[in-house]
Amino acid sequence: MPTISELEKTASQVRRDIVRMVHGCQSGHPGGSLGCADFITALYFEVMKHNTNFNMDGTNEDLFFLSNGHISPVWYSVLARSGYFPVAELASFRKLDTRLQGHPTTAEHLPGIRIASGSLGQGLSVALGAAQVKKLNNDPCIVYTLHGDGELQEGQIWEAAMYAAHNKIDNIISTVDLNGQQIDGSTDQVLSLGDIKGKWLSFGWDVLEMDGNNMQNVIETLGIAKTHTGKGKPVLILMKTEMGAGVDFMMGSHKWHGVAPNNEQLAAALAQLEETLTDY
Amino acid sequence: MKQYPYTEKKDTRSGFGAGLAELGKTNPDVVALCADLTGSLKMDAFAKENPDRFFQVGIAEANMIGLAAGMTIGGKIPFTGTFANFSTGRVYDQIRQSVAYSQKNVKICASHAGLTLGEDGATHQILEDIGLMKMLPNMVVINPCDYNQTKAATIAIAKHKGPVYLRFGRPAVPNFTPADQDFKIGEAVMLNEGKDVSIFATGHLVWKAIEAGQALAEMGISAEIINIHTIKPLDAQAVLTSVRKTRCVVTAEEHQKNGGLGDSIAQLLGEHFPAPIEMVAVNDSFGESGTPDELMKKYGLETPNIIAAVQKVMSRR
Repeated sequence: MPTISELEKTASQVRRDIVRMVHGCQSGHPGGSLGCADFITALYFEVMKHNTNFNMDGTNEDLFFLSNGHISPVWYSVLARSGYFPVAELASFRKLDTRLQGHPTTAEHLPGIRIASGSLGQGLSVALGAAQVKKLNNDPCIVYTLHGDGELQEGQIWEAAMYAAHNKIDNIISTVDLNGQQIDGSTDQVLSLGDIKGKWLSFGWDVLEMDGNNMQNVIETLGIAKTHTGKGKPVLILMKTEMGAGVDFMMGSHKWHGVAPNNEQLAAALAQLEETLTDY
Repeated sequence: MKQYPYTEKKDTRSGFGAGLAELGKTNPDVVALCADLTGSLKMDAFAKENPDRFFQVGIAEANMIGLAAGMTIGGKIPFTGTFANFSTGRVYDQIRQSVAYSQKNVKICASHAGLTLGEDGATHQILEDIGLMKMLPNMVVINPCDYNQTKAATIAIAKHKGPVYLRFGRPAVPNFTPADQDFKIGEAVMLNEGKDVSIFATGHLVWKAIEAGQALAEMGISAEIINIHTIKPLDAQAVLTSVRKTRCVVTAEEHQKNGGLGDSIAQLLGEHFPAPIEMVAVNDSFGESGTPDELMKKYGLETPNIIAAVQKVMSRR
């Protein structure tokens, strides 16, 4: 079981991978990827029971669905660093004939991916279907999801939220990345999410809050969330993060949502991120 | 002209319901989801006999498609049920990303397709669904012609691994195909061998093509009539073999010309064996309220329309 310090070191390498991947193809979404690096690292290196010898059905494994598929760099890095596929393959991100498509897909058979995502708002429904089948199959494992806060503007999210509570789907832990940013500006400017906690509570979810860029808090909160499963309610974590977390000039605005760094910016970013495992 | 006696008229949606109920008894992996139209889709028997495998999702079709995609993970074979309009146009992006592109083993089962939905009018009479679904890579598109064939198709698609769109409807139509038929996806069914014209029909128009064939025979015209129950993958060999013989084509369907069966056959013939073609289909128009019979007549989808199309296309040969 890794220590908090070891998880932080892994997350640092994941952040290096993210900026290098996005720089390598001069496209992609570094901001949200960096913000969620601690959470995804914690899931795969500590929290989830999973098997890197990939099987689509994932029976007797915890499952993870990335609904906001545009932050694929963080997921690809964590999957590779966990052992799902060779780390060297990260260099192919977004390039012709790659398995690491701009948004995650099953079409290229990349181990670790169970559904295509990118068109927003669909992942919660998919995860709930998988969670219900786990119950049918008497599989005690948990389904995890991640969503962007801007993604909550999609109506399908609320169809799914209503369905989950009605059906007492209590083997799911969904997390919303509350970085407050989307492409055109802050969520408050574009389309305010209002009382987001109150909304989920009123939809019948058990709601927890977490500092997504504090590894200690991420591990503790996810541990608590697990104890909240199996109690007749779906579990939601509101995860505060900073878009671009770990790279000072990428933080504090929506500017780095979908922009790649140039050579100088890459060097400046990497200087802030310790190489804890070997770069690909 | 070969005769097709039948003893009763039945709705194709009930064929779906019967097929699904049988799957409930024979295949423990089959699950079903419905968006508040259990009675209309005839899913009651499955729901009653398999309460743990039936999921009422409410009026939330986008969520239903996503749930179904997720239920394939863990080995289930989900059948979704709602009207054809809400099965396709309303949830196109969900089907595109979470089902077709993701290659998920979901069966999208759609009732009340086309004009024969009747009085509810154009909001519910989708005439574009075949086109929408056939454009999606990985998607199989099936439109059976009667109760028995719809039941057989429902059972057959559970054995096919991959996304399927199964289209059926509301009105009672002659139930003339064998109850024990072996439904083969992608394999056209020869109903009458002829030499003067090829009539390719799908869904409710298959019976009207048979009626047209009988009238044409009395006029001395030998029509080859082929039931194209699977629009994608199209049985290209059956189409080309027939047209090489007859050298002219009529297609018949309860759908828009744009994107329908006729469009698929015209594309095939254009590439391999150009021949005159007339399409009995809705011509770039929405429907309206009326009885099914009134609507089929007004929009030119009746037996006399097929006969007229045959006479016209033969003159163009």
